[in-house]
Amino acid sequence: MTTATLIRRRPGLAGIRTDRSWLFRICLGFVALLVLLAIVAPWIAPHDPNAVDLGSALAGPSGAHPAGVDASGRDTLSRLLVGARTSLLGPLGVVVFSTVAGVAVGLAAGWRGGWLDSLLSRGTELVFAFPGMLLAILIVSVYGPGLTAPVLALGVAYLPYVSRLTRSLVLAERERPYVEAYRVQGHSGLQISLRHVLPNIAPVVLAQSTINFGYALIDLAGLSFLGLGVPPLTPDWGRMVFDGESAIQSGYPLSAILPCLAIVMTVVAFNVVGERWADQVARRDR
Amino acid sequence: MRFARFAARRLAEMAATLLAASFVIFGAMYLAPGDPASFLLSGRSATPDAIKAINEQYHLNDPFAVQYLRWLGQVLQGDFGRSIEYRTSVSNLLAARLPTTLLLVAMALVLVMAAGLALGWIGAVRGGATDSTILVTTTVAVGTPSFVAAVLLQGLFAVKLHWFPSGGTGTGLLDTLWHLTLPAVALALYLIGMLARVTRSAMLEALGHEHVTVARSRGVPERSVILRHVFRNSLGTVLTMGGLIVSTLLICTVLVESAFSVDGIGQLLDLSTTTKDFPVVQAVSLIIVGLFMTVNLAVDLLHPLVDPRVTLGERRSAA
Repeated sequence: MTTATLIRRRPGLAGIRTDRSWLFRICLGFVALLVLLAIVAPWIAPHDPNAVDLGSALAGPSGAHPAGVDASGRDTLSRLLVGARTSLLGPLGVVVFSTVAGVAVGLAAGWRGGWLDSLLSRGTELVFAFPGMLLAILIVSVYGPGLTAPVLALGVAYLPYVSRLTRSLVLAERERPYVEAYRVQGHSGLQISLRHVLPNIAPVVLAQSTINFGYALIDLAGLSFLGLGVPPLTPDWGRMVFDGESAIQSGYPLSAILPCLAIVMTVVAFNVVGERWADQVARRDR
Repeated sequence: MRFARFAARRLAEMAATLLAASFVIFGAMYLAPGDPASFLLSGRSATPDAIKAINEQYHLNDPFAVQYLRWLGQVLQGDFGRSIEYRTSVSNLLAARLPTTLLLVAMALVLVMAAGLALGWIGAVRGGATDSTILVTTTVAVGTPSFVAAVLLQGLFAVKLHWFPSGGTGTGLLDTLWHLTLPAVALALYLIGMLARVTRSAMLEALGHEHVTVARSRGVPERSVILRHVFRNSLGTVLTMGGLIVSTLLICTVLVESAFSVDGIGQLLDLSTTTKDFPVVQAVSLIIVGLFMTVNLAVDLLHPLVDPRVTLGERRSAA
């Protein structure tokens, strides 16, 4: 066996991009488009998302307002575009925090075992008893509305899912011969776990984190819907659904339906991409 | 007796976790910027008299451990303190609102079980186009947050078609059921998708087992093969989802009850978070966590009875 095949056989990140399913491709494309739109939103939004034009409140789609106007006279398309930023940044914070901390915790627990492991699984059990939303609401009730506190609370609530997965992966990986081989060659445990075990388990963890992104988006949008998330004037999809509820009552559903669609499509896209990656990794390992 | 010893151990573990959870819920108050008295009074008139009264009512001058133990003792006797906003005992508030929420959750649970299991069953057994349709539908359902479902259902069935009331709780049992139908559907939608997918994959896995082939080759009718050898086999996996289902239903009542202005404990949690009525937040949080743990304990104890291959205390496949 040559070195090249050895390198290719190593389960790295390259393997998870080659797939032919059309649904997966559409979803991946949608996610890419969404991220791009969120980045350039301030430059392509046709109006100021907070500019109020009460004269055209609840107006339907027109040349000036391609997606209509909400009940307070704000342009729906501009709010959707700029709102994509807050709606994606929040979940990103949750996922980055829970992945980094969860992998660290899971790696330590799986690699070292012993008292550290049992201490961490006790803690995991406690966090599991708190649904993420409840923890976030508890924190918001103490600190008041805002985005930072709920993101941290959700990050803590999602941590056990990542750390439990990492721990079980590390336990399986530890038994494989290459770990013993490195050990015999005199590599330290820290070096083996960080440089060799971590890259091997990364695809599975990242697939899980992609799915977590969708859940975090649902939770954060829900908090904004309750008025406990982003500050009142910041455009956000969850808040737009709340604002749209009154428009629905008066018979103009468009400004509520569009943010609903944005949320559902984004979550579905992230779920499909994450599950496909997880499937692929599972198939390759078999 | 092994079962009794296992049950006692799990019960002790649950009590320990619940104790830790109560500590988090109580201690959260001390994370607030400023001293607890002004936090508890936040936004209300903080006259020296009011501060003195709140200090005495909550014994805020005592050491932290003493305060916590006193609070815990009162909670164990069903006394959650007094609501700052409503100026009445929290237990009264809860007693008035808990039945509505429990009814709503029960209705949603029935929907989840009926529709979720049925869709999963049909998808696994029929296959082909039916299966693909169910798979796509459940994928969308799993991506639909309960509050989005609530707003859309309200717009379509209450505002546009006038089939259901657009909010409120109603009076009398029938009227209440009538008012809670849309909220229950909104609450159930996501979990129906989730349960259908889990049931489907568990049944597909069971279908591939040899005992199914043996049963078929011996001429057992297909209906009974599916019911007794496939569906029965996948029930264990479904049961492990019980805790998750109930906790998701409970926490999502916050969103759905607010969207439909149903006066249950979910709406109470939302209102009291906005008004910083902390004793109420504490009580509702404790109830949600406690109910979740009770269901999880029941699942752990029932699992070996439903799936005899499982030995006590071990879950074959976590959902």
